Amino acid sequence: MLLTGAEIVIRCLQEEKVEHVFGYPGGSVLYIYDELFKQDKVRHVLVRHEQAAVHAADGYARSTDKVGVALVTSGPGVTNAVTGIATAYMDSIPMVVLSGQVPTAAIGMDAFQEVDTVGITRPCVKHNFLVKNVEDLAATIKKAFYLARSGRPGPVLVDIPKDVSAQKCEFHYPKAISMRSYNPVVKGHTGQIKKAVNLMLEAKRPMVYVGGGVVLGDAADRLTKMVKMLGYPCTNTLMGLGAYPATDKQFVGMLGMHGTYEANMATHNCDVLIAVGARFDDRVIGDPNDFCSVPRKIIHIDIDPASISKRVRVDVPIVGNVGDVLDEMIRQLETTAERPDAQALSDWWQQIEEWRGKKCMEYDRNSAIIKPQFVIEKLWEVTGGDAFVTSDVGQHQMWAAQYYKFDKPRRWLNSGGLGTMGFGLPSAMGVQLAHPGAPVACVTGEGSVQMCIQELSTCKQFRLPLKVVLLNNSYLGMVRQWQELFHGNRFSESYMDALPDFAKLAEAYGHVGMTIEKPGDVEGALKEAFERKNDLVFMNFKIDPTENVYPMVQGGKGLTSMILSSEDL
Amino acid sequence: MRHVISLLIENEAGALSRVSGLFSARAYNIESLTVAPTEDPSLSRMTIVSIGSEDIIEQITKQLNKLIDVVKVVDLSEAGHIERELMLIKVRATGKDREELKRMSDIFRGRIIDATDSTYVIELTGASGKLDAFFDAIDRALILETVRTGICGIGRGDRILKV
Repeated sequence: MLLTGAEIVIRCLQEEKVEHVFGYPGGSVLYIYDELFKQDKVRHVLVRHEQAAVHAADGYARSTDKVGVALVTSGPGVTNAVTGIATAYMDSIPMVVLSGQVPTAAIGMDAFQEVDTVGITRPCVKHNFLVKNVEDLAATIKKAFYLARSGRPGPVLVDIPKDVSAQKCEFHYPKAISMRSYNPVVKGHTGQIKKAVNLMLEAKRPMVYVGGGVVLGDAADRLTKMVKMLGYPCTNTLMGLGAYPATDKQFVGMLGMHGTYEANMATHNCDVLIAVGARFDDRVIGDPNDFCSVPRKIIHIDIDPASISKRVRVDVPIVGNVGDVLDEMIRQLETTAERPDAQALSDWWQQIEEWRGKKCMEYDRNSAIIKPQFVIEKLWEVTGGDAFVTSDVGQHQMWAAQYYKFDKPRRWLNSGGLGTMGFGLPSAMGVQLAHPGAPVACVTGEGSVQMCIQELSTCKQFRLPLKVVLLNNSYLGMVRQWQELFHGNRFSESYMDALPDFAKLAEAYGHVGMTIEKPGDVEGALKEAFERKNDLVFMNFKIDPTENVYPMVQGGKGLTSMILSSEDL
Repeated sequence: MRHVISLLIENEAGALSRVSGLFSARAYNIESLTVAPTEDPSLSRMTIVSIGSEDIIEQITKQLNKLIDVVKVVDLSEAGHIERELMLIKVRATGKDREELKRMSDIFRGRIIDATDSTYVIELTGASGKLDAFFDAIDRALILETVRTGICGIGRGDRILKV
């Protein structure tokens, strides 16, 4: 039977068991939308801006192990989507973006709503395709899903000209795909793993540094098992939060620019660093020269060979799927008679406890103004530490990362790589659709939330009972913090005048709005919000406008030059 | 250090821009880049000359390998290899210069492939250094136009880049 390109698109999505597509219609995708209308297996979620469609698909993917799917039209539909695609690319999120294109005969003619989609997105996708023949459509979509989820995951875009979605051909969905140019490594090299295990066991001051790869590779259970077997200290990156349980005593907190004192000191002073699914990002290690000035040995497990020795030379590289590598490591640890040096480890822990004794995460608990840290702590308590938490970018993001103790992977979603303001609310929609009934909180700032606030309308249409935790300090807080610390208190364009009444705004969209101004009201508000299971509750917390995020490693400095509080300035 | 990187890539639309885009996005240097289909028309072979530290070159080869359409990458300059470049050079050839240019062209094993009463087009192949040397061997004032392909390279002996 002959199917149109549009029918083929829908059939492919069904074959891939896609349940939700986030999108926005337009001229070039009208045939595809027509086919969406005629079926009920794939549910379309109509957003209010294409950036949000991609962030929602991203949130959907991050909170599950599925590929997120977005559908946008040509021209501005695509350019609006680019921020979302780049966000997913930087954080290696599996995603397929389907975009409409002007008819093949019109390509290059400066047609209405024409843009060089493949060209514009090339630097921020894992791969992209322009489908010129309907005969190639099904195999291309199959490839897109395969590429998106295999190896180091990432967004893949398929650009479909309007005439291709109207032309007909036989539908055949390939069962499997093999590409001579793409063969991601899965199993790590056994010899390298043996070397790594030996080095780990010889360590006197070991440190395990865990990144988002462990979350994405669904290897948190094995990572946790191995770290507990060894009894070594463990730190998670911003992207790795939840990979190792934050409430466990071996967890020393997040590391990096706003990491804990103990995590940064231990990472800097260890003699063997075991990096698992992490990439030595500039926000994590600070100045690479300072980082490399210590004679430590580094083991690096990563699925992407290009991440190995990119910023920091490593001693034992292992390229492979993190879960498979950890399985093999655990197997070798279980069979060897060697054990870590107990005395050295105990001395090391004593040193770490001393660093912990600095209590770098303390803040003023007696403040008459709401402290943002307090709101996050209460959020953690009220949700039993088990909510999905999305965030935007800025101070609130760091406070959420520091004070919400994530014990499980895929519970914490933020734009760690690209740092995209506007990510929080739409990604939370994706999470809620993937996990109906689960508590989903979006921790945000009054700057960030306004970048995609139109999605409150989508939330109403699709009855998504998110809990928006707005830490409102009337400033672009992180910008203000840098201006305060490094630009002589000149708050250039970081104060936001004329903010809306967010509670009323939420009400205008048909939701529940709250304004909370006293510390004593924080817990009650959060409890009430989470008890309202069917309502989106927008909580506007008026927080201390002068609060800064500490500890802080200044950009370009070494990990150990930390500002612990305003008293260090 | 100068490196000659050779790669096989799926002969798809946009393949060249994926490679050149990678170089510009990551601020890698390209001295020259040549590309054409191989005996198997589904594959193109590219020769890229780049200058960078060992770390940068290592990253370049890894990043090239990471491109989905790239099938194989090899750094030819790691071992024995041959480089060749083609140049076409149009010169003013009148009076006694005609004889001299013909002589120089012969010495460099070039060929005159077009002649008018006032110009020659000389075809020269060789390693890039030989082509550079030709400029020094003739009176530069006579050069009207030059065009060079950039080098293509191949490994010596058993070094074979094939799928």
